[in-house]
Amino acid sequence: MNINATLLAQTIMFALFVWFCMKFVWPPIMAALEQRKKQIADGLADAERAKHDLELAAKRSAEILREAKEKAGEIIVNAEKRDSEIIEAAKAKAKVEYDRIVATGHADVDQEVFRAKEQLRTQVSAIALAGASKILGREIDAKAHNDLLDKLVAEI
Amino acid sequence: MSSEVHTSAGYIKHHLQNLTYGQLPDGTWGIAHSAEEAKAMGFWALNLDTFIMSLLLGAVVMLVFRSVAKSAVSGIPGGLQNFCEWSLEFIDNSVRGSFSGKNDMVGPLALTIFFWVLTMNLMDLLPIDYVPLLMSALGVPFFKIVPSTDPNATFGMAIGVFVLVLYYSVKMKGLGGFVGELTLQPFGKWGMPVNLLLEGVNLIAKPISLALRLFGNMYAGEMIFILIALMGGAWAGLSVGSATLYGSQILLSLGWAIFHILIVTLQAFIFMTLTVVYLDMAHQEHH
Repeated sequence: MNINATLLAQTIMFALFVWFCMKFVWPPIMAALEQRKKQIADGLADAERAKHDLELAAKRSAEILREAKEKAGEIIVNAEKRDSEIIEAAKAKAKVEYDRIVATGHADVDQEVFRAKEQLRTQVSAIALAGASKILGREIDAKAHNDLLDKLVAEI
Repeated sequence: MSSEVHTSAGYIKHHLQNLTYGQLPDGTWGIAHSAEEAKAMGFWALNLDTFIMSLLLGAVVMLVFRSVAKSAVSGIPGGLQNFCEWSLEFIDNSVRGSFSGKNDMVGPLALTIFFWVLTMNLMDLLPIDYVPLLMSALGVPFFKIVPSTDPNATFGMAIGVFVLVLYYSVKMKGLGGFVGELTLQPFGKWGMPVNLLLEGVNLIAKPISLALRLFGNMYAGEMIFILIALMGGAWAGLSVGSATLYGSQILLSLGWAIFHILIVTLQAFIFMTLTVVYLDMAHQEHH
């Protein structure tokens, strides 16, 4: 075994082979690896972003909940206020109604009293007439004494 | 003319001779300095180059993966980790594709086999004279750097796989089930001898084909590299013929090396896939 030009040929060939690999074999492998790396990086970034979004959403939902609670409290307070207002108004209205009913009652009673008085007056005149006719012993001519009777009734 | 033939034959023989350690004809133990001496050592000899190279390459693969595994980060993988994950995913996918049973050992085994065979095969792409020349300068008579061109290495691995196949066949089906599978198919119990013959051949063919396929492909590839290299050895002064031969040696070996990238990877993949398939068969009741 001695060193000869074969070695030189093999060295040239090896250099060409290495060049070939660098040019045509290495880049596709590297591209595949790079793509894989990018995919993983993208996936991780997406996961990170989703996590961030979730946090934001949670924060936002808490905010909305707090606002809603506040609003509900406000509404309750308003309702209570309105409630008392309605009650007050109803009370006032009831008072007015009461007064009206009482007044009507008074008016009715007055009317009744007046009517009773009228009736009484009529009856009293009749009684007076009867009494007078008995006292006089004869029939009082109602026609003749009508003006007198009327005067009496008016007096009573 | 005859001397040229002799040197060509010598060149080829030299390249195909392993560095063998064993008992020399004078009774002492040492390294064989010729093919005849190596042959005379019989079975109890060791191919040191195969041994050293395969161990070295196995160790390199393991160390690389170990260092990556140790420093692995869960974020965006960089460089080597990315490559290792990529290969792991690839092997995991092909194991899932062809192995239907449940065995945690098969995935790592496939990974080991693939990368070990791949690195051993890749040694084929180094120019064939580099290492032998370096070694002869160091006083070592022979050195084959491609362990997978040594049938001892390929048969060793195939026997390892075969032992696993036997072990899992017995473990999964029981001894009775395994023996039954060998003797009761395909002709039922009355055709027992024929069954045993057929199934036995079927079983034995697994490791033999596994070993011979890898060995044959790599050995033939190596042989063609040697034959191409011989063209440069036909240099006989500055003439058109010599220059043509010299140039075509470069081009042919370049072409063959480029083509070999494919073969090297393919053979490693086939060895791995067949191992997985054989183990899958061992796990299944019927095949």
